[in-house]
Amino acid sequence: MSAEVKTQQPETVTVHIDGQAIEARKGAPIIEIADAHGIDIPRFCYHSKLSAPANCRMCLVDVEMGGRPAPKPLPACITTVADGMVVRTASERALKAQRGVMEFLLINHPLDCPICDQGGECELQDLALGYGRSVSRFVERKRVVKDENLGPLVATEMTRCIHCTRCVRFLDEVAGTSELGAMYRGEHTEISTLVGSGVHSELSGNIIDLCPVGALTSRPYRFTARSWEMLSHGGIAPHDCLGSNIDLHQVRGTVKRVVPHDNEAINECWISDRDRFSYEGIYSPERLPSPQIKTHGEWHSVDWQTGVEAAANALREVVEQHGPNALGGLISPSATTEELFLFSRILRALGSNNIDSRLRRGDYRDGVQSAGFPGIEMAVPDLEQLDAALLIGAYPRHEQPLINHRLRKSAQRGGAVMAINPRAFDWNFALSDELVVSAAQMPTALAALARAVAKAQGAKVPARLAVWPTDEAIESNAQAMAEKLVQSQRSAVLLGGLAEAHPAGAELRELGAIMADLLGCGYGELTPGSNTAGAWLAGALPGRRADGEPCEGLNASAMLNHPLKGYVLWGLEPEHDLFDGAAAQTAFAQAEAVVAFASHDSPALRDAASVLLPIATLGETAGTLVNAEGRWQTFAGVGQPQGEARPGWRLLRVLANVLELDGFEYQAPDEIHHELAAITQDAAVGRSSAQVDPLASEPKPQGLMRIGLPAMFNVDPLCRHAESLQQSDHAAVAEVVVNPADAQRLGFVEGQSVTVTQSQVSRTMPVSLSQALPIGSVWVAAGIEGSEGLGALMGPISLKATEGGA
Amino acid sequence: MSESAAPLEAGLSEAECKAIDQWLSRFPATPQGKRSAIIPSLHIIQHNSGGWLPPARLDAVAQYLDMAPARVYEVATFYGMFEVKPAGRHKVSICTNISCMLRGSDDIVAYAEKKLGISLGESTPDGRIMLKREEECLAACSGAPMMQVDETYHTDLTPEKIDQILDELE
Repeated sequence: MSAEVKTQQPETVTVHIDGQAIEARKGAPIIEIADAHGIDIPRFCYHSKLSAPANCRMCLVDVEMGGRPAPKPLPACITTVADGMVVRTASERALKAQRGVMEFLLINHPLDCPICDQGGECELQDLALGYGRSVSRFVERKRVVKDENLGPLVATEMTRCIHCTRCVRFLDEVAGTSELGAMYRGEHTEISTLVGSGVHSELSGNIIDLCPVGALTSRPYRFTARSWEMLSHGGIAPHDCLGSNIDLHQVRGTVKRVVPHDNEAINECWISDRDRFSYEGIYSPERLPSPQIKTHGEWHSVDWQTGVEAAANALREVVEQHGPNALGGLISPSATTEELFLFSRILRALGSNNIDSRLRRGDYRDGVQSAGFPGIEMAVPDLEQLDAALLIGAYPRHEQPLINHRLRKSAQRGGAVMAINPRAFDWNFALSDELVVSAAQMPTALAALARAVAKAQGAKVPARLAVWPTDEAIESNAQAMAEKLVQSQRSAVLLGGLAEAHPAGAELRELGAIMADLLGCGYGELTPGSNTAGAWLAGALPGRRADGEPCEGLNASAMLNHPLKGYVLWGLEPEHDLFDGAAAQTAFAQAEAVVAFASHDSPALRDAASVLLPIATLGETAGTLVNAEGRWQTFAGVGQPQGEARPGWRLLRVLANVLELDGFEYQAPDEIHHELAAITQDAAVGRSSAQVDPLASEPKPQGLMRIGLPAMFNVDPLCRHAESLQQSDHAAVAEVVVNPADAQRLGFVEGQSVTVTQSQVSRTMPVSLSQALPIGSVWVAAGIEGSEGLGALMGPISLKATEGGA
Repeated sequence: MSESAAPLEAGLSEAECKAIDQWLSRFPATPQGKRSAIIPSLHIIQHNSGGWLPPARLDAVAQYLDMAPARVYEVATFYGMFEVKPAGRHKVSICTNISCMLRGSDDIVAYAEKKLGISLGESTPDGRIMLKREEECLAACSGAPMMQVDETYHTDLTPEKIDQILDELE
């Protein structure tokens, strides 16, 4: 009882810092209070998001309690405030201590600022200006530390390291990978992995920002610009449904690097490596340089007018000869809301409702939901306050790394984060329960869990659950999970990419919603791409227009499995970004016209398309992305698009004009934004209310089932063309991961080369054995070289030993 | 196969696990308590691994104590009594702290280095002797200069005594 009163009215104390009387939270470190009130205390090792080890000693301040001064200056980062405490941050004794520490830090720090990437934005350089001596009293040799290769993203210059251990603590406390340590002792201390294993965390780039000196710098950015010549522009990371806030640093229109922009409500002060390094894809040599037209099987580079007219004529011809329903549009769920809106309006103006942005969905039986857009029914910071979370077909560590970070914080607070997945994953925190079942069993397992939840609540089991078969084995497993969910005050049911790609995904969504209803908790879909919510709002779906009017059109699967005469593709690579690359190839090959708007060129795109039009990508266009919470985030362009690429919204406006469609006279993207905002202002996150019965009598699936999602750094064209990301081992070449029991049955050994076949498309890749896969399931990641163009992300697959292969 | 025949290159033997368990039982059963067992565990492993700590064995300790390998590496590299690179069978630590230094330990170090043909911190190529680096006061100042060879103290060192002691090491 008393504890509750305390949390509602946290005790405060009064401290005097540099003569200023401050009401402060009891137990807060001095430095936190000083920071909040604009009183500057120098520091290197302290970081508000990390534990405070007090090992740099730079923040020594003079402290007095009850009129008695502390015998020595105390570190402000671990000395907590107390009532009546008097703190002097710049007294003679404090300054003397700070200057002394600075002199020690500089003993071994090289004087190589002119060739150091950190120069100009270096905390040591800045503080040395204020606290350092102009001449060193140290005449001995400085120490030299051998550099370690931490991987393709983070460059090292360990001689510069001042052992603040922020990187060590970040990897330990935030990334959860604990890859670095302070090895050896005293003057010989080295920040290192010791064994040369490198840093592989999906958040590793943050140690570059955390490093107060130039010991850890960005390898792709290295030596390409100086901090003072760059201009910073706000932006939104376009790779996952979180919409991390970023700053793009540019010189004369060229993006040199991407860093996080603090936003406690979204990404705190971090960004994932994918968001940080994907900008390299802007300058990939594989950018589509100019409009291209295929005539008689040969590609020709043409000017914009010819290109747009060719596109318009191709679309008009399809509509005139085969009717508007022979035309379909597929658009990336990472396109900007403005692009999605105009794209859909053009297709609808041509008479076709065949528009879809759910490119990696495996089950469309629940249609397009009308209640609200897919997303999460809670604010992102609330995720870390959850007492229990049920993840269904989700691996947020790779799908939305910073949502995973919030869930990790919940688990560290004692929350029960549990998962039902068709394979085990390498989590960076301990799940309280992990139920791994074959993909086919997932609806049964989820229904069993829903029944167990109802029983644990003492409530009536919803009649609806009877349509799914019972499974005794799972039922008993589910009981422990159900009890945790029922006992929690704040819980959530979250579906991820594997639920999206699941052939019975509609059942999973329905069961997830039933579960959330039973628990009275938040339901969420961690949606693919960066703008699935925006796509719903903009009406880039077959069954919903932007103004909310329902309509009838073909979904992505229907468009590809029952080929149409004409397609418009936006921002996707057909061999990588579609649920069924094999079906897509067949569909595009027979089409009369395929107009592809693409940022990057690829042989598969040239095979599929008849007209290619280059579009702007990250940093080159203005627009809006709507994240999974429904937060509209608008950004401006930073530089001119590469080659002859043009911002998407402008291109669509021109196409509409050439097609002589009305109502596309926009002068700026914010006009489109406001028009859409006006008609969708009341929309919020919603759940599907569709009832979907289990797929007709599922016989025990014969043979093997593929499950797969795009590899973390291969989710869209931009990051697939980011060179450094592609050199990391997360983007390694394709492999087929098989349960050892299956491998034994099939006679495969680790590393053996096998031919995998889906829908008559075969690829050759090595076998990797892992207990993470249930028997009967194999994992083949999508989006990477070697697995392109295969069939369904989740669907039947056959494996056989490659002839002549060892 | 008997355990003593070849030192384990990876993993932990049953006897080692038991010995570590005994240490674990003295500390609270918390992650912090487990960290307290790192040093005794490393002593056990080093003793059974030919006088040094192979990385795979460090990983085995980390796994057994349920912590990141880097946390174990930190401890193994911090303390002078642990070796993370292959080292000579016999650890010879010549004290160079103040009392021994005043009584001529620098000459003793130089003599030992010359005799063995290695510098402090190195091992003889035959894997017989390692000269430890940076040995601090071993609390035998009355017998300065002194050194520790494995678990034995030798005091009032002279070049002749060094010859005799080092030559007797197997």
